[in-house]
Amino acid sequence: MATRHSRSAARLMMAPAVILLLGWMLVPLTMTLWFSFREFLPLRGGDMGWVGFDNYARFVTSSAFWPSIQTTLLIVGGVLLITVVLGVLLALLLDQPMWGQGVVRILVIAPFFVMPTVSALVWKNMFMDPVNGLFAHLWKAFGATPVEWLSQASMFSIILIVAWQWLPFATLILLTAIQSLDSEQLEAAEMDGAPALKRFWFIILPHLGRAITVVILIQTIFLLSVFAEIFVTTQGSFGTRTLTYLIFQRVLESQNVGLGSAGGVYAIILANIVAIFLMRIVGKNLDR
Amino acid sequence: MGKITLEQVSKSFGEVRVIPPLDLTIEDGEFAVFVGPSGCGKSTLLRLIAGLEDVTGGTIRIDGKDATEVPPAKRGLAMVFQSYALYPHMTVRKNIAFPLRMAKLPQAEIDRRVAGAAQVLNLTDYLDRRPGQLSGGQRQRVAIGRAIVREPAAFLFDEPLSNLDAALRVGMRLEISELHKRLKTTMIYVTHDQVEAMTMADKIVVLRAGHIEQVGSPLDLYRSPRNLFVAGFIGSPRMNFIEGPEAARHGARTIGIRPEHIAVSADEGPWSGVVGVSEHLGSDTFFHIHDTGLAETITVRAGGEVGFNHGDRVRLTPREDQVHRFDEKGLRIA
Ligand SMILES: Nc1ncnc2c1ncn2[C@@H]1O[C@H](COP(=O)(O)OP(=O)(O)O)[C@@H](O)[C@H]1O
Ligand SMILES: [Mg+2]
Repeated sequence: MATRHSRSAARLMMAPAVILLLGWMLVPLTMTLWFSFREFLPLRGGDMGWVGFDNYARFVTSSAFWPSIQTTLLIVGGVLLITVVLGVLLALLLDQPMWGQGVVRILVIAPFFVMPTVSALVWKNMFMDPVNGLFAHLWKAFGATPVEWLSQASMFSIILIVAWQWLPFATLILLTAIQSLDSEQLEAAEMDGAPALKRFWFIILPHLGRAITVVILIQTIFLLSVFAEIFVTTQGSFGTRTLTYLIFQRVLESQNVGLGSAGGVYAIILANIVAIFLMRIVGKNLDR
Repeated sequence: MGKITLEQVSKSFGEVRVIPPLDLTIEDGEFAVFVGPSGCGKSTLLRLIAGLEDVTGGTIRIDGKDATEVPPAKRGLAMVFQSYALYPHMTVRKNIAFPLRMAKLPQAEIDRRVAGAAQVLNLTDYLDRRPGQLSGGQRQRVAIGRAIVREPAAFLFDEPLSNLDAALRVGMRLEISELHKRLKTTMIYVTHDQVEAMTMADKIVVLRAGHIEQVGSPLDLYRSPRNLFVAGFIGSPRMNFIEGPEAARHGARTIGIRPEHIAVSADEGPWSGVVGVSEHLGSDTFFHIHDTGLAETITVRAGGEVGFNHGDRVRLTPREDQVHRFDEKGLRIA
């Protein structure tokens, strides 16, 4: 962008995108802030004016608030743990030369293309159904009582479903990272007397550090707002009510837009706390 | 102790035979250089010795013991890679200490050896840096440091200088030669650069398409190349090859004469030609002579002060005792 002319042309060209993005973000954000300070009950009197911080106070003091934060963090943490660990292992496996590599890689990526609602329904009905699910049949085959997954192990089930969805993403990113590792480094380590496990620990894992960071940061953003998987399985019962789901219930089930909006603002704050926290721990990996 | 013997060692990648069976002995303490054009199998041969590739056939002995099935780490060899292969997330200190840590040496011993290597290689001030913060030459030295702390039976170098600029290359060449003189450990050095081979080697192994063309000291190879390939490969600029009646007069299919063994003058000599491009190096001048009726061009070395211009007609005098004769198979006629 050397000349003044080309600079102003560039600005003009970028304007639509910038305006669209700003509108996209600012309008909902402003509306959320606006409603969070108002008493707004669509079916019980509509907009009833300013209430100051009442909504905020009510939202935190509700007995459902802290458990919902805990649930949210548990889901995020659990899914991250599973996807990163299994993702590294799968990436190592897929990096090995094998027959039918192309097909296998596509199959591994496939779950990522399935919509969250669909995958949750498939898991719920095909695998976890206590009467007809595959797991139930498996348990019965061994003479055990089928587990009612979504009520008895509700958190575990949801984490499993979400992790299944995100595993391909993690695997894909980690696989490309592994492929970028200079094989001479591994050979050098081999000659230096490092057996396979030590080569993994001292060479491969540090090399993956940056990719793992990217996986964690991106997934966290999306996992904080997991919704469809809960909506179609437990509907927030059995201790699976996340902050997002709580907000949904306040707005749509209790028809209290003001209260829900205050929750939305808390969600923004939570996301930022998590982001700062993450950047502190893993973000330094990025600026190498 | 590091005598390395290859007996009928061969290597194929699938159907492709890269190294046909070959025999080779590298004596303890020797500086052996594998030289040959790109893709001739030098790296493969080195990796076979290192154990990074499995042999297809034959036996590799290190100090007389069969090492063919021994894993790389147990062969007691250290390798310096072309890309240096430093561990980017470790400091120089940790890089150099890595093989010792893997060998579970006591920390005091590790520190002692790392400090020793750092001093020899002028790396003491850089021990706490990462490889990314070093220059090419320094990285090269770290790679060498990582190799010497292990006190290996032999060092293997795979084109270690090819990523350095010309000046640094000359410097590192001297440093590696110096290191060899001091450690007196066997070194096998792979390069495609015949100047490196000539200046560093005790023994040069010339390879072509996996075959050993000739083994010998640099001067052996220079004075009596066994065939046309070696004659053309060793020496810079290349030897001139002449066929036809002039060769027949010497009783050969082809004769070869090096540029430094032809005298050039304005009016004296049996051959004549026209000066094409001249390359002035200051100390020497290389003339490319055309229209001699002997070969496309004849390259001639003259002193730095000799001046002929493009298009001048000159006469050439070969030194008859320096004419190399080759038969129709390209082999040297003694
Ligand atoms: N892993 C491999 N698989 C198949 N072919 C290989 C492999 N490594 C080397 N080659 C082939 O072997 C030949 C010799 O290679 P290399 O030893 O690297 O040559 P150099 O080091 O002399 O340049 C080349 O033709 C190369 O294509
Ligand atoms: Mg090579």
